[in-house]
Amino acid sequence: MSHSETHALAQMQSQHHDQSHGSVKTYLIGFVLSVILTAIPFWMVMEGDFSKVTTLWSIVTFAIVQIWVHLKYFLHLNFTTDEGKANTFTFLFSALIIVMVVGLSVWIIYESNAMMMY
Amino acid sequence: MSTLSATQGHVNLEPHSVSHTHEHHDTSGDTIFGFWLYLMTDCLLFASFFATYAVLYMNTAGGVSGKDIFELDFVALETAALLISSITFGFAMIAAQGQKKSLTLGWLAVTFCLGAVFIGMEIYEFHHLIVHGNGPQQSAFLTSFFSLVGLHGLHVTAGLIWMSIMMIEVIKRGLGKQTVTRLSCLSLFWHFLDIVWICVFTVVYLMGAM
Repeated sequence: MSHSETHALAQMQSQHHDQSHGSVKTYLIGFVLSVILTAIPFWMVMEGDFSKVTTLWSIVTFAIVQIWVHLKYFLHLNFTTDEGKANTFTFLFSALIIVMVVGLSVWIIYESNAMMMY
Repeated sequence: MSTLSATQGHVNLEPHSVSHTHEHHDTSGDTIFGFWLYLMTDCLLFASFFATYAVLYMNTAGGVSGKDIFELDFVALETAALLISSITFGFAMIAAQGQKKSLTLGWLAVTFCLGAVFIGMEIYEFHHLIVHGNGPQQSAFLTSFFSLVGLHGLHVTAGLIWMSIMMIEVIKRGLGKQTVTRLSCLSLFWHFLDIVWICVFTVVYLMGAM
């Protein structure tokens, strides 16, 4: 009796996991996208055929897209389940803090540096 | 009764779980969420190291700059090792959720080897820099470079230690609910480190070598 119930419970859990933890297919999609999004910026910098501004903005864009790919396909952030929502919102909050810490530090220091020079 | 039998394997591991069996599933979700919150605070630690690097990277004190010391093909190999280890850990998690013990251990071992390759390459790079007189004490740029990349390396090393402990746990206790929860936390940690590495290779190596 208890054995079949255990089995049913395990099955319920595995169904739950399928939803929130991805499958071989989603991992492979994430991996292929990541390889492409890594190879292009490396190639751009190593070839050096593009202007500095183009290269800079391209590699930053590729990095942001790849972070999104990792979050979606490897860390399974989503807005569909309650757990996914909690994780996603805490991540977005951290991202805000990070942008402020890094962005404002860089802004302040570069401005003060410019003021010291001229 | 049914919930009790389902968690029987854990009763002797954690006596407190007996009285809370009806919410056992919920607590594993809490554990993972709590670990996720830790990772978010870890993000802030990395963010401050990145901010420091961004502020100091031009202060080379007449010594080498990023352009002189970064070898992109080497970094590309490091990146490949870490990226492949991410997907092999994903396969380990799928195997763990399917209760396939030896498959889980196999993928964990592959992940561990790739992580070890990454760390080995990073140690080689650091050693190479130091013996050529470009140690962290030479300039503010090198200090912030060693701190940022070294902090990531320390995290990966901690992940490797944790992974070897988890492999022992899987061998000894099998894939119980609690073990799978712990593996889930480790997988979050591992994938998180890969995301940090995306920022490292973009900001430090690619921008530095431009």
